[in-house]
Amino acid sequence: MKYKDYYSALGVERTASEEEIKTAYRKLARKYHPDVSKEPGAEEKFKEVSEAYKTLKDPEKRKAYDQLGSHKPGEEFRPPPDWGAHFGGGGFSFEDLDLSDLFESLAMGRRGGPRQRDMRIPGQDYEVTAHITLEDAFTGAMLDLNLTVPERDEQGLLQRVPRTFKVRIPKGATEGQRMRVPGKGGKGINGGRDGDLYLNIALHPHPLFRSEGHDLYLDLPLTPWEAALGATVEVPTLAGPVALKVPPGTRAGQKLRLTGRGLPKPHEGAGDLFAVAQVVVPTVLTDRERALFKELADASTFNPRGHFEREKSHAR
Amino acid sequence: MRVEVTEVVRIEEHQTLSLAELADLSRLSEADLLELLECGVIAPTGSAAGRASFGAECLIAARAASRLKDELELDAHSIAVVLTLLERIRRLEAELKAKAPSP
Repeated sequence: MKYKDYYSALGVERTASEEEIKTAYRKLARKYHPDVSKEPGAEEKFKEVSEAYKTLKDPEKRKAYDQLGSHKPGEEFRPPPDWGAHFGGGGFSFEDLDLSDLFESLAMGRRGGPRQRDMRIPGQDYEVTAHITLEDAFTGAMLDLNLTVPERDEQGLLQRVPRTFKVRIPKGATEGQRMRVPGKGGKGINGGRDGDLYLNIALHPHPLFRSEGHDLYLDLPLTPWEAALGATVEVPTLAGPVALKVPPGTRAGQKLRLTGRGLPKPHEGAGDLFAVAQVVVPTVLTDRERALFKELADASTFNPRGHFEREKSHAR
Repeated sequence: MRVEVTEVVRIEEHQTLSLAELADLSRLSEADLLELLECGVIAPTGSAAGRASFGAECLIAARAASRLKDELELDAHSIAVVLTLLERIRRLEAELKAKAPSP
């Protein structure tokens, strides 16, 4: 079994008081709690801090932890003989056991008389982020999820076991959506119900489309003459290219709606695709292009900055 | 290693939940849920046979509340403030993302 230094995880001395441990935990939990933190690695860090606190806040568990002695983090060690016997435990095989699972098993053993030992305890819920592409979200997808989860063996001891779930994600999943896989969490104890598996959907960034709920956004580059005169242009959608009529006088930033070309909605219909017009100019001009632009500049009376003049006269 | 094919349930499509079902799935007590209801974190969608029923989206809020209660030791009022701000951040981030130019 590998040693974990719970005191250093919380940044406190081994002699820290209960109050100091609580304060240190609260400070770190605020910083790394996955619901409120966006720091990289926050979830892992929070797990570490939370595991340390669960043990050190409980005087009996802390005593048992202290009896393990002090080792280097990650160092292989074996607890002293008869260690944990006062929890009603003992006789553990320490091979391949995680320290947190060991304390969890001890706490289960400690939960008193036969009535409590027979209590129905629901299985743990698992939560995992499922990364899918926008194309997967559009068509639905079969996804393999590989998790290492704590499961109890026949003796009721927790062991980390690899599990693979093949899940069918329905079409129309959106960024940040939560999904539930009933009964696929940890096994319930003494007839308690099995836990659930929760999926947080995360969409991979797409080179062309951005999503907001079921709506999609696409930047649509237009030439100045397409924007001014109007044009029919081919635009990509997740179901294949379609022809889009750009009206004359289209401004940069204007959104052209392609109704029902977004992500499918659960019961019926679909979100929309918005093509956001961008007016782009060639960076290198041929002589002929330059001559034509010059001719246009001389002939046109269009002043896109007329409102600057009006503002100036108001200010006077 | 076992491999199982499983259908996923969209949470918003899930049937409405009774207070007891919501408590069971979120791991909160009914008393905790009633306190969250008072603070406006969850709201019943209706009542069947005089008992409140909740839309399944309440499960997302209740699960988050359960984590905040256990792991940050927050009370119902603090949970209400945190969840309101988190929802506001989520909406603003989604807006920002939709407006950002293509990568």
